Amino acid sequence: MTDFTYEVDADGVAVITWDAPGKSMNVLTREAFALVEDHIDRALADDAVKGVVITSGKKDFAGGMDLNVLASIREESGENPAQGLFDFTMNGHRILRKLERAGLDPKTNKGGKPVACAINGTCAGIGTEIALACHRRFMTDNEKARIGLPEILLGIFPGGGGTTRYSRMVGAMAASPVLLEGKMLDPKKAKSASLVDEVSADPLADAKAWVLSAGDADIVKPWDVKGWKMPGGAPYHPAGFMTFVGASAMVNGKTQGVYPAAKALLSAVYEGAMVPFDTALKIEARWFTHVLMNPSSSAMIRSLFINKQALEKGANRPDVADQTVKKVGVLGAGMMGAGIALVSALAGIEVVLLDQKQEAADKGKSYTADYMDKGISRKKATPEKKDKVLSLITATTDYDALKGCDLIVEAVFEDMGIKAEVTKAVEAVVGSDCIFATNTSTLPISDLARASQRPEQFIGIHFFSPVDKMMLVEIIKGAKTGDVAVAKALDFVRQIRKTPIVVNDARFFYANRCIIPYINEGIRMVKEGVAPALIENAAKMLGFPLGPLQLVDETSIDLGVKIAKATKAAMGDTYPDEAVDEVLFWMADEGRLGRKAKAGFYAYDDKGKRQGLWDGLSKFPEADDQPDLSEVQHRLMFAQVLEAVRALEDGVLTDIREGDVGAILGWGFAPWSGGPFSWLDILGAARAVEICDRLSESHGERFATPEMLREMAAKGETFYGRAEAQRAA
Amino acid sequence: MTDAYIFDAVRSPRGKGRADGALHEVTSIRLSALMLNAIKARNGLEGHAVEDVIWGNVTQVGEQGGCLARTAVLASELDQAIPGLAINRFCASGMEAVNLAANQVRGGAGGGYIAGGVEMMGRVAMGSDGAAIAVDPSIAMNTYFVPQGISADIIATEYGFSRDDADALAVESQKRAAAAWADNRFAKSMIEVKDINGLPILSRDEYMRPGTDMQSLGALKPSFKDMGEVMPGFDKVALMKYPHLEAINHIHHAGNSSGIVDGSAAVLIGSKEWGEAHGLKPRARIRATAKIGTDPTIMLTGPVPVTEKILKDHGMAISDIDLFEVNEAFASVVLRFMQAFDVDPSVVNVNGGSIAMGHPLGATGAIIIGTLLDELERSDKEVGLATLCIASGMGAATIIERV
Repeated sequence: MTDFTYEVDADGVAVITWDAPGKSMNVLTREAFALVEDHIDRALADDAVKGVVITSGKKDFAGGMDLNVLASIREESGENPAQGLFDFTMNGHRILRKLERAGLDPKTNKGGKPVACAINGTCAGIGTEIALACHRRFMTDNEKARIGLPEILLGIFPGGGGTTRYSRMVGAMAASPVLLEGKMLDPKKAKSASLVDEVSADPLADAKAWVLSAGDADIVKPWDVKGWKMPGGAPYHPAGFMTFVGASAMVNGKTQGVYPAAKALLSAVYEGAMVPFDTALKIEARWFTHVLMNPSSSAMIRSLFINKQALEKGANRPDVADQTVKKVGVLGAGMMGAGIALVSALAGIEVVLLDQKQEAADKGKSYTADYMDKGISRKKATPEKKDKVLSLITATTDYDALKGCDLIVEAVFEDMGIKAEVTKAVEAVVGSDCIFATNTSTLPISDLARASQRPEQFIGIHFFSPVDKMMLVEIIKGAKTGDVAVAKALDFVRQIRKTPIVVNDARFFYANRCIIPYINEGIRMVKEGVAPALIENAAKMLGFPLGPLQLVDETSIDLGVKIAKATKAAMGDTYPDEAVDEVLFWMADEGRLGRKAKAGFYAYDDKGKRQGLWDGLSKFPEADDQPDLSEVQHRLMFAQVLEAVRALEDGVLTDIREGDVGAILGWGFAPWSGGPFSWLDILGAARAVEICDRLSESHGERFATPEMLREMAAKGETFYGRAEAQRAA
Repeated sequence: MTDAYIFDAVRSPRGKGRADGALHEVTSIRLSALMLNAIKARNGLEGHAVEDVIWGNVTQVGEQGGCLARTAVLASELDQAIPGLAINRFCASGMEAVNLAANQVRGGAGGGYIAGGVEMMGRVAMGSDGAAIAVDPSIAMNTYFVPQGISADIIATEYGFSRDDADALAVESQKRAAAAWADNRFAKSMIEVKDINGLPILSRDEYMRPGTDMQSLGALKPSFKDMGEVMPGFDKVALMKYPHLEAINHIHHAGNSSGIVDGSAAVLIGSKEWGEAHGLKPRARIRATAKIGTDPTIMLTGPVPVTEKILKDHGMAISDIDLFEVNEAFASVVLRFMQAFDVDPSVVNVNGGSIAMGHPLGATGAIIIGTLLDELERSDKEVGLATLCIASGMGAATIIERV
């Protein structure tokens, strides 16, 4: 165990250096935490030691807690995980409190040893909480370094004293960007937010110097002095009263009530503000345990952290040699092509952006120029960087320019014939080992691959719009797609720093397969006379960023019509969505094509700003008897999750981790739930079957219970339990 | 069971609840004591004449804290053998004091009671006693807490009342209050507030704006729009509870909501035997009392279910009621009551209400029972119902009947 080393320098400053062996970033384990205590004990006991500096031996200070620790504590605690988690949390409080008190006499507040933190790089989570327990924080002046408490983004909240300490340092209102939004701040902003005390070119040297000069008065925390008052006002102080009333309303409205961590954080701050500091830490530990015991937090950590990272690191990558992309040809410089060119060039990949007309190709390239200009105006990029990125993109009409490309991404018009032509034209110039990817969102990969001489090198790489913002990339294997093509696609996605899922070829692949029924269910309810506001609000209260009607306005109604017509043609008599089409086609006929037309299910002003729901929807009069909120929510939810289950049954999805991560990143599926499979696990298969049976009886076959789910209900299984058993077997 | 009767009812004029209001110089204890003294003097209550003084008050901190009921008794000319009980059911505190007293009498716990309440809103600010339901995240979020003004606007949205509907009701309240004063209809109960030397301080309701019309109200900005739509955004919380609504229609403002005022009122309650022993003639029987809890977010719809309950519990119908006092906390509260029971506006709040004259929270419940009784006598009607909406989602009602 050498995560933390201890060394006393010539001036009597004990330097505790965090340097987890074999890791590029420090993350805190249980053993390492115990070591911190040993070192503090040693420093406090040694009369030769005048003070302590905690720093890191890595480029950065710390990434946070090892999140696997929480899961293992839960498992070890057996029957009573809450007790185990609470005890663990309280033990952490005890250690950091010892560091914070640093030997000060409880009565006189005298006789302690100064402890400073030298934050030499990025610092997050428990790293920041350790720093907050220190008496003074010196942070590097490296502008790229960040410090913060991003726990809330993973469905938990700072439970290592960070919530209590930071809210007491700056007040509940001022603490909210860091605690409630999880903002990571650069050194300057961190200083003005009081997360750090000094920004320094040499934090270690400055921290040592401070430790040697600091006296008892410098190291007593304000809350350990009699008469301390909460900055900004405690809850029943007039100013604090307004803050807390407002905070509950804001958090409630913003989270739509589905994120337990935000509620718990606020309660910990509120209840803690009215009691002495050590009691406040105990309250924080109770709420932290409460959140950890909520299935939402484990599901969020699992999908948004552990599994997302696993997929990014190539969990499902075939075992073939490195396929790093050096030169990519992007065909079609429309919105998608321009975006793909941008993210590729940003990743340092040489790009040939090809379109039929030079103006179109140039326009596609100018998307990157505009993007970089925006970055420059926000001080996130430099003119040099812009030149460098632009120099990587060649906008052309000449197929010969594609020579030397090891990957082609085709993003031309969604037409089988055009795509086939382009495929042939490309294959005539590129080398025989070049991988050809199509960015189609609707056409079957195996069909498109027929135009290729090398179908094993033909694959789908489905980007989401806007490409630079959407983090998911769906990789689709055609019937003949080979391992090298999959590896190529995965390595490309890794290069452009997005998250991949790999699925098999079927209508709409995975994401769209689930999104379309969600939208359709919303439209279907409009037809039935369900209040449109109820439909939209029900979706938001499930944690969806957009209700189905707003979503179809965004993706455009004519696209919906096109997809509906194509699906109907393919399915014939079994086509189930006539009721949806009645509304959808009528909207299209009315010219209400969505946001781009400034007219859709919503009304828009001249600038395209969304106003309210369109009053023309009264063509479908609202029924006197409106369904319960839960009925509407079940319909919207099951429309999606059943499709995800069917995708798994059909073998389109082969890994539920991809199903969950893909849903959250692809269409914002209720992140609090961890994704469709996690949501079903939280609900329980038996209950899910019960709801499905009821829904299919009253609303039709589209809610028919998948056999897999029924079987799981009978056996009392969960998706993740099954997956684990399969992995173990 | 013993019946409970009302023998007398008094109230103070209502002063503007501001630093320049006429009653701002008067303490809540002194104003309460003036009401108690009036009841004592008008009814000749010597010695240990009543069992208790039950006093409603909402903001029980500072001078209104420390069981102001007992302090008021000690500050008054009542015998010290009479104790005091301070109670809080928010806006219905004064009514709850009357109902509690009546039910004590009915149950045989003593023959006579003084019940009433006080609120010096200009001296002890509303909300200064704190309220976990608004501040404690674990309760505020789980109950979808929004301030009352937002609740009143939810009622308007949910039940389809427009700004014009609300303003018209406010104009009517002002007209009726002015007419009532012109006709001296409050004279029987009105206790002029005098200083320690007997010099006059206030003899008329001070808050009224008799010239109010649709046009002058039309110029007022909605009071709860910003806190609803912008900071901190209470509308989003409201829509989580009422998801079939797309947006909240903010129609309430200072002119169609109840006024912030200072005031106090007292009612003398007892059994027939108690009255006979003191040589007093009952004016009305307290026929029924009721209270109920409702959804705390829309909060102010209580008058409807509590009226349904009181009628059902006592085998009565809405048509049995001759006159209504429905506290004008916000215009939409009264509009919703009239809509729900389809009652004729001409028998509701016939002498104006809290929009015109103000709503001294802890006192209003007792005030409107007194006003109802005076009007039943004046117009020679028999049965009256008074009801109030209550914070945190409650409702209270009292039915009185002349004897």
